[in-house]
Amino acid sequence: MTALAARRVWGLMYRHLALYRSSWPRLLELVYWPVLQMVVWGFVTAYLAGVQNNVASVAAGVLLGGVLLWEVALRSQMGFAISFLEEIWSRNLGHVFVSPLRPLELVAGLVGISAARMLVGVIPAVGLAFLLYGFGLWTMGPVVVVFFAMLMMMGWAVALGVTALILRHGAGAEPLAWSVLFGLTPFAAVFYPVSVLPDWLEPLALLVPAAHVFEGMRAALLEGRTAWGHLGAALALNLAWLGGMGWLFLRQFQAARVRGALLNIGE
Amino acid sequence: MPPAPALRVEALTKRYREDRPPAVDGLDFVMPRGATWGLLGGNGAGKTTTIGMLLGLLVPTSGRIEALGHDMATDRFAALARMNFSSPYVALPHRLSVAENLRVYAHLYGVKQAERRIVELAEQLHLTDLLKRPAGELSAGQKTRVALAKALVNRPDLLLLDEPTASLDPDTGDWVRSWLERYRAETGCAILLASHNMAEVERLCDQVLMLKAGRAVDRGSPAELLARYGRDDMEEVFLDIARDRRPLLAPAPPPGDAAPPLPGEAAAPPPGQAAAPPPGQAAAPPRQGLAGAGAGTGGRDASA
Repeated sequence: MTALAARRVWGLMYRHLALYRSSWPRLLELVYWPVLQMVVWGFVTAYLAGVQNNVASVAAGVLLGGVLLWEVALRSQMGFAISFLEEIWSRNLGHVFVSPLRPLELVAGLVGISAARMLVGVIPAVGLAFLLYGFGLWTMGPVVVVFFAMLMMMGWAVALGVTALILRHGAGAEPLAWSVLFGLTPFAAVFYPVSVLPDWLEPLALLVPAAHVFEGMRAALLEGRTAWGHLGAALALNLAWLGGMGWLFLRQFQAARVRGALLNIGE
Repeated sequence: MPPAPALRVEALTKRYREDRPPAVDGLDFVMPRGATWGLLGGNGAGKTTTIGMLLGLLVPTSGRIEALGHDMATDRFAALARMNFSSPYVALPHRLSVAENLRVYAHLYGVKQAERRIVELAEQLHLTDLLKRPAGELSAGQKTRVALAKALVNRPDLLLLDEPTASLDPDTGDWVRSWLERYRAETGCAILLASHNMAEVERLCDQVLMLKAGRAVDRGSPAELLARYGRDDMEEVFLDIARDRRPLLAPAPPPGDAAPPLPGEAAAPPPGQAAAPPPGQAAAPPRQGLAGAGAGTGGRDASA
């Protein structure tokens, strides 16, 4: 990336950072859901662990770890897609698209701001999980950084697909920015292993990068080992998902230029 | 070697759907550096589509655009770095301060010494006291000045303005027009503006391109158009064209730049001779001839 390209990417990121600096409700919203999810699931976990007379059980850690790591994917996807929507809501997209910012630089800027949004939202929840329930995500070891990276990549891939749909269908596709990843939760094996799923569904679940991440998380927490096979599969799937969704995004961007959708997107 | 023109447009056509007429149909023009041109036409004439294609927001169905020597089909980002755009219908983020907005676009356009440029623009456009104010809290006139500052942040060689003084009071509108005149004189920036304010077009533009149903139906300097239609002001010329009233003189496109005849006619009637109105349409009010229009005195007929 050239210095000029990096500056354009930073320009887009600065626009969103400035927005959050001037809007505390937006900042609060970033933290609110991950913390709320963690608190609710923390109590559920504490209750279940108490029933088993084992408050500090690793099973409790598996549930809380699942909640926290799934938030990484959710916040990464939402951060990307909602930042794109912010440009539509502020009727600023026309200015952005007639600037020298290339489509891939737009994607890079949205990835950057999505990573910042995710960290601002998830890190307080991780800290609170330790303070309230004694669960430290870092007990999994350095591999947790890889889990974060894999889930962020999956979130961005899904967000690219959502953004492509917004370019194709305009405001009608906006609700997908919030809901689409929730629909993948049953197949992502967040709270249970893939083997729990019906036989016919298992191959489908194994096409979801997150399923391999959470299998890896359980291996780390329950067996104290790094499941390199699952991590490799997650990386390969993420690259495939990112490639496919990136292609879809660029294709829809070009199609929007042909249809004239960039002149009135959001209407 | 002389610099490439600000815009070279060849057989530009945009058809959104096969079963509908084209929104822009075979547009040809060459706009020189440093010129101010007006793009005029009623609603649905093709102005927005044309500007969208010039800015690379829209892909033409056929034809070619070259902006500042760059082919917009293959090299649009090089052109966009030297162009800019302002429209009251495209907003700047409301929650960001004026300075933050300008900083964003200074980064996007790779402006060197961005902070100095922002201060300079703020002084020129009387925005210094507004730099810390959120853009959404400004008055219409202040927003227009901020939009102009955004459009000039990269010192563009080509500026596209859509309705630059829409919704402004006469005093503020006049200030913006004076500022644009001075800016063009000082920098040599080419300006293409789409406007429904005929007085503005008459004052600012060297050349006017009249669009109707996607086609360039006439072109010329405001003085030439006034003379051709025997009118005193551009509003009347606009109405003549919108209502298919024929000019007193045949359109005279520049050499090698063929303008299509007006709809429904092969050639214009001879000077001074009124043409028959199209079926079902009221006859145009009588108009003065070329000499009277050129003199600009008492030109308007009592019935006009």
